Amino acid sequence: MNAHNARSNWIAFKTIIIKEVLRFSRIWIQTILPPMITMGLYFVIFGGLIGSRIGEMDGIRYMDFIVPGLIMMAVITNAYANVVSSFYSSKFQRHLEEMLVSPVPNYLIILGFIGGGICRGLAVGVAVTLVSLLFSPFSIHNPAVALSVVVLTAALFSLAGLINGVFARSFDDISIIPTFILTPLTYLGGVFYAVSLLPAFWQGVSMFNPILYMVNAFRYGFLGVTDFNLWLSYGIIIGFILILYATALYLLNKGIGIRQ
Amino acid sequence: MPKALCIRQLTKTYKNGLEALKGIDLDVAPGDFFALLGPNGAGKSTTISIIASLVNKSGGSVSIFGHDLDRDLYAAKRCLGLVPQEFNFNTFEPVQEILVNQAGYYGIPRKEAWKRAQKYLVELGLWDKRKDMARTLSGGMKRRLMIARALVHEPRLLILDEPTAGVDIEIRRSMWQFLKDINRQGCTIILTTHYLEEAETLCRNIAIIDHGRIIENTTMKGLLGQLNTETFILDLIRPLVHLPDITGHRLRWVDELTLEADVDRDVSLNRLFVDLNREGIQVRSMRNKTNRLEQLFMHMVDKGRGV
Repeated sequence: MNAHNARSNWIAFKTIIIKEVLRFSRIWIQTILPPMITMGLYFVIFGGLIGSRIGEMDGIRYMDFIVPGLIMMAVITNAYANVVSSFYSSKFQRHLEEMLVSPVPNYLIILGFIGGGICRGLAVGVAVTLVSLLFSPFSIHNPAVALSVVVLTAALFSLAGLINGVFARSFDDISIIPTFILTPLTYLGGVFYAVSLLPAFWQGVSMFNPILYMVNAFRYGFLGVTDFNLWLSYGIIIGFILILYATALYLLNKGIGIRQ
Repeated sequence: MPKALCIRQLTKTYKNGLEALKGIDLDVAPGDFFALLGPNGAGKSTTISIIASLVNKSGGSVSIFGHDLDRDLYAAKRCLGLVPQEFNFNTFEPVQEILVNQAGYYGIPRKEAWKRAQKYLVELGLWDKRKDMARTLSGGMKRRLMIARALVHEPRLLILDEPTAGVDIEIRRSMWQFLKDINRQGCTIILTTHYLEEAETLCRNIAIIDHGRIIENTTMKGLLGQLNTETFILDLIRPLVHLPDITGHRLRWVDELTLEADVDRDVSLNRLFVDLNREGIQVRSMRNKTNRLEQLFMHMVDKGRGV
């Protein structure tokens, strides 16, 4: 790739990200505000009312324990929702063709949408963190771990959202995965409890839930406690990213769902 | 200099078995204003979608200014601007952003993209609407927005798929003038349209496609030269009592103030008027009964179908 193409690609990549950020910023009442309210309610009900009776989890005040998990839950949901709805809408309204006729390589389209998903995930993550300050003092054990895990996780679920968007043929199709797969996995991903509390059998089953590793790694970044080896969590996140990226690239190169 | 567009043995069979293109060959010279005509379902939009990489071809080759779509895709794409038949922009985006983003996809820095967006929005009469959401534009404005978007990266080849569909005559004529101007500045244009007057007015060369095959590919002048007879409608000054029998002309009575005259290509109109004058018939005005290209187009399509 010569310098001209590299520069053009960089501009195209930035353009997709700016477009995505402007898109979700314009509709902040639908994108940023709802998770702040929902997570605020979680903090009040689970952290405040119920949590005060639970006491401690893994030696940490229950409210402080659930904060990283709820932030991560918001990031996962919003990174996914951003890409699946944006990609499917652009297919539905056919303005994806703006990119398809232009010299933007498929890998850049993917990276651009991932960038948009990460930005939405981070924006919501920051917003939910600000809400959490009303209930729990801000403390961070390892900022580098917290930031890297949240960015990688947002990237992973942006990719998953993109693949969902490729296959979706109706607006119903973009809500099936979040409702029936993503939400249960997140709720069972150690957001509200330490996995060590589960009976041995369910602990074993939980090991197959990738979100468990992400929530735990993120919680380590905040609180310095985790049920798993940190590098195992990174390995799982990065492994999934590579698999989903290769799948997304294959789908776009073949034109599946986007070209006749 | 390489051809603006070179298509060889292009085929497309859809998954449902529909053979949309059956091996078409087509050349368009740089700087040309070229009409690609055909009835609905003939294969025009499939051809255009393949050129624009929106549909995968089944066989054959396409190159744009010498850049083959299979070997040099991105260079080919840089040369092409597309105005599709249906609106395909984000209706929830402001007008100017649509253009700036499109420029960005072609690697044009944002500062320069704003300038270009301004240039084309002004030229196409959309500058006042630059901050409006695209969904609030009228049909004619949406068509012009798509033209502006296709031009923002200044392509060498512009393909317009029915750009004036549903546009009122005033805007249509201003769009014609705009397209003539950019063609004069060197942009090669391929146009598909159902308004054959539009093709006749704008285009120098023409191909007619039907059932996935090119059934005619020639110059507009050469094609119109094939027309043996033209039918004119004559509006008369005074009412006519009976249809005169004038040797050498085929006249038909429409009503007492209107006649139809079939005039062979080798007969001058002067002779018709001299003969009418001799019979005391005064003509107030005359016009073609149908567009000349339309007459030929119908003839060719019917011939191709064995009608």
